[in-house]
Amino acid sequence: MSIWEYANPVKFMRVSGAMLPWVVASAVLCTAGGIAWGVLTPEDYKQGATVKIVFLHVPAAMMAINIWVMMLAASLIWLIRRHHVSALAAKAAAPVGAVMTLIALVTGAIWGQPMWGTWWEWDPRLTSFLILFLFYAGYIALWSAIEDPDSAADLTGVLCLVGSVFALLSRYAVLFWNQGLHQGASLSVAPGERMSAVYRYPLYLSMLGFFLLFLALLLIRTRTEIRRRRLAALQAREMRA
Amino acid sequence: MLSLLKRDLSLATRAGGGFGLAVAFFLILCALVPFGVGPATTALRPIAPGILWVGALLACLLSLDRIFALDHEDGSLDLLATAPIPLEGVVAVKALAHWITTGLPLVAAAPLFGVLLHLPGSAMPWLVASLLIGTPALSMLGAFGAAITVGLRRGGLLLSLLVLPLYIPTLIFGTEIIRRGAERGDPATPILFLAGITAGVVALVPFAAAAALRVNLR
Repeated sequence: MSIWEYANPVKFMRVSGAMLPWVVASAVLCTAGGIAWGVLTPEDYKQGATVKIVFLHVPAAMMAINIWVMMLAASLIWLIRRHHVSALAAKAAAPVGAVMTLIALVTGAIWGQPMWGTWWEWDPRLTSFLILFLFYAGYIALWSAIEDPDSAADLTGVLCLVGSVFALLSRYAVLFWNQGLHQGASLSVAPGERMSAVYRYPLYLSMLGFFLLFLALLLIRTRTEIRRRRLAALQAREMRA
Repeated sequence: MLSLLKRDLSLATRAGGGFGLAVAFFLILCALVPFGVGPATTALRPIAPGILWVGALLACLLSLDRIFALDHEDGSLDLLATAPIPLEGVVAVKALAHWITTGLPLVAAAPLFGVLLHLPGSAMPWLVASLLIGTPALSMLGAFGAAITVGLRRGGLLLSLLVLPLYIPTLIFGTEIIRRGAERGDPATPILFLAGITAGVVALVPFAAAAALRVNLR
């Protein structure tokens, strides 16, 4: 029993079909629970009610980065082992990642307006998220521009590898370019910087919810891609007959 | 490899090759900016390094799709792929030819345009140095983008969407060199970073670009 068995589309469809209702249910439960719990937390003595946007902002930002890493892993698996499910999973994940990046940027702007007095600041973190969004946009555009699915998977895979290097490079280059306004790590474990438990536990729940939400969307979208492939194969067979 | 370089250079310099267009575009860009922000020295001087670098970036972008597109159309790219030299070498030579026909003229013309934008004289050597170090990376990354989009009919716009985000680190360190040079700061750190990026890009990106070309020639 190895993990590569799930590279078989038939097996993947069966397992993911069985998993899907549970993943969707727990994703809805955790996300809704985390956000609702977050809304019910007491207001921060400095930030007031705006602190509650953190329950959307931090999980979305976390997923935005992690989805890119997942795409990188899936692209590598495709380029090395040529498993189609892997390439399709990378394709399916990209729009979710782009939306997560957008959620992080928009919620950050909404929070920044009352707190920093500006919707947008060329802060390293904000800037690197904008750059990450551009990389997602280029990746999605390349997928939609190429007709042959295998070439598209190869080329987007190579782009994902090169893009990862440059996204990381940009992340540290912008540090050099401008000083930051954004606060440091949200989940620092250092004493004194640590978030109060009142906010921390709903945040953990919300992060879990966002992760499950991504998993649910990824499974649904990958299944759709596989079905689309099968449909195209059937149509091609029809044309030949 | 040398004959391939000669061939690409002569194709670029002869009629219809678009040689010098990048410099003309660069000039127009630098002439347009004062109309946009006003002719005052105080307005132009602080933004001059950024304008010059962004201008170089865009001028470089203009001719990128020519790196492989024409050879792909007439089939000589297939011949090059089966030639005894590795495809990585072909990519590197073509990027070098692009740099000689686009990057090098930009480097040579940049001080002139710096004068137009009131860049202080003390910053001029740094402008030339930063462009000289940075533009090879632009050509090489551009060759990668061109290799990815070579099979597409309307790849031009997609090419800029793919390539411009890759240019960000180069742009950041390039302008930082000029800014520090103009303020008599120490530009050694950004120079080292920029040189590091260029060296890394020139060494590694040909492999990615050749991989993309092989997919497109399949």
